[in-house]
Amino acid sequence: MSEESIISLKNVNKWFGDFHVLQDVNLEVKKKERIVVCGPSGSGKSTMIRCINRLEEHQEGSIVVDGIELTGNLKNIDNVRKEVGMVFQQFNLFPHLSVKENITLAPIWVKKMPKAEAEELAMRQLEIVKIPEQANKYPGQLSGGQQQRVAIARSLAMNPNIMLFDEPTSALDPEMIKEVLDVMVDLANGGMTMIVVTHEMGFAKTVADRMVFMDEGKIVEEASPDKFFNNPESDRTKLFLSQILHQ
Amino acid sequence: MNEMNEVRKPPVATTGIIGWLRINLFFNWTNSLITLFVIYCLYQFIPWILDWTIISADFKYNYLGEQITNQEMCSRNLDPENGGACWAVIYVRFYQFIYGFYPKVEVWRVNLAYVMLAFALLPLLYAKLPYRKYFLYFTYIFPVIAYFLLNGGLGFTEVSTNKWGGLLVTLVLGCTGIALAFPIGIMLALGRRSKLPVISMMCTLFIEFIRGVPLITLLFFGMVMLPLFLPEGIDMDGLVRVLVAVTLFQSAYMAEVIRGGLQAIPPGQYEAAKSLGMSYWRMNLLIILPQAIRISIPPIVNTSIGLFKDTTLVIIVGILDLLGIGRGTLADTNWLGLSYEIYFFVSLVFFIFTFGMSRYSLYLEKKLKTGINMGAD
Repeated sequence: MSEESIISLKNVNKWFGDFHVLQDVNLEVKKKERIVVCGPSGSGKSTMIRCINRLEEHQEGSIVVDGIELTGNLKNIDNVRKEVGMVFQQFNLFPHLSVKENITLAPIWVKKMPKAEAEELAMRQLEIVKIPEQANKYPGQLSGGQQQRVAIARSLAMNPNIMLFDEPTSALDPEMIKEVLDVMVDLANGGMTMIVVTHEMGFAKTVADRMVFMDEGKIVEEASPDKFFNNPESDRTKLFLSQILHQ
Repeated sequence: MNEMNEVRKPPVATTGIIGWLRINLFFNWTNSLITLFVIYCLYQFIPWILDWTIISADFKYNYLGEQITNQEMCSRNLDPENGGACWAVIYVRFYQFIYGFYPKVEVWRVNLAYVMLAFALLPLLYAKLPYRKYFLYFTYIFPVIAYFLLNGGLGFTEVSTNKWGGLLVTLVLGCTGIALAFPIGIMLALGRRSKLPVISMMCTLFIEFIRGVPLITLLFFGMVMLPLFLPEGIDMDGLVRVLVAVTLFQSAYMAEVIRGGLQAIPPGQYEAAKSLGMSYWRMNLLIILPQAIRISIPPIVNTSIGLFKDTTLVIIVGILDLLGIGRGTLADTNWLGLSYEIYFFVSLVFFIFTFGMSRYSLYLEKKLKTGINMGAD
């Protein structure tokens, strides 16, 4: 394991009942590295990144995030979650709170930030995702793309070192995908450590430092985007790429 | 093209009063027939009820101009052809209906408590009330003030709870039961969904036991069994014992209602809260419960109204609430046979309170709708 690894998964195994969803997964992510994870549905990619902030519990192996090992220790879990932001496929905004309140809630209650400061922070984050004018609306009044950008702003407001994206554009209409990807590209250019589960291969080519291809709970191939798209090693990867790029 | 830009008004016959009548009351011939039938029934009923309750009714004096002091002086007993309701019974016994047997010298304390209750409810009813924060502080300390005011202590003479009665008992039981059962119900609902098997099992057991037993049984249990569990020498007040039973009963129902709301919250809400680093309690207090309670407002109000009416069951353990005072009055030879008037009055008082609660729930639903799922529906 290299010194600068910020996330390290070693021989991680997980089962849902009898279904072996993660099989000996090993992954090292360096600081500021952008990883794009792809693979067919049911391959365990979402489960893998959800293990990184303990939304799912792994049963064997070790996961270390920023020097903290994820075990049953609740304190460690809280500390890891403070380091790691997450964006979901279904946005998961809090529908009973306005956009601004969605963003300020965690800074105020988890980080004990004064309200005025948190609101200023929220407005800055909304500027970054380019929708400051929506601050006082409720999530239900926004389009999917806007909601997902609010979700990104909400995560960023906790000032995480690592961002996890779980298929952030899969629930969006085609014309909204770009506005979300643009925000993610900005974020990547700003030096954020990112693990992105996505099928947006254009995005992957632009920002990824490394591609990870998963199938049936295993990491089948890890390569630079250049090598991954032009000269993949495994036949499974070739088949997947031919299907996904064919569209 | 030009006409297209002009604002076109809907056809005259579908708007306004005539339009409304046409669409709702006389849409087709069956509809018109039903409308006419209902109008005929109302025509028969409304004059009769107005006559009985108001026009021919006695309030304080009978038709001879005498002040009524017993049922024989009611106009309807003197002259069965002409008299209406004899409200004098309510007038004469009004004090008992409202305060029970609370000593007259001390009754200002009850009145003050009633007024304070109204003030304590204000900030809950109107979110836009000026200085709402300070009113809310008052709401929180109101139960303590009310306890000393009604029961005595802190310089007030003690008034034993067996002197309480009528509306006072109904309100004390209803308000305390509803107010205490709400937080207990929330804890039970969270407990039942807990991942810790011991907590979940205990909560489930408690809920299922209380829910599986009729309220009357719980009231007897409170009256007879509860003192057995207390250490010797400590005597628990009768009303408190009943309150414990009522609160336990209500919290079991409240727990199930809130659990229903909790189940409607998508797992993504929990995940989003967790991923922001929120602890279990923060997540529940800030994210999950506000949404779950919003969803559950209609059933919460439903069970609360149910409880308010069920407090009348305390009559079987010898506590005289509003209905109990009514029945007591009926047993009095002076007022024998005035059951219409007494039950009408008791029903009216209950209806005012429960209808108020139901209106309040509609107002809440309307107010809170702004945030949730707007645009989606």
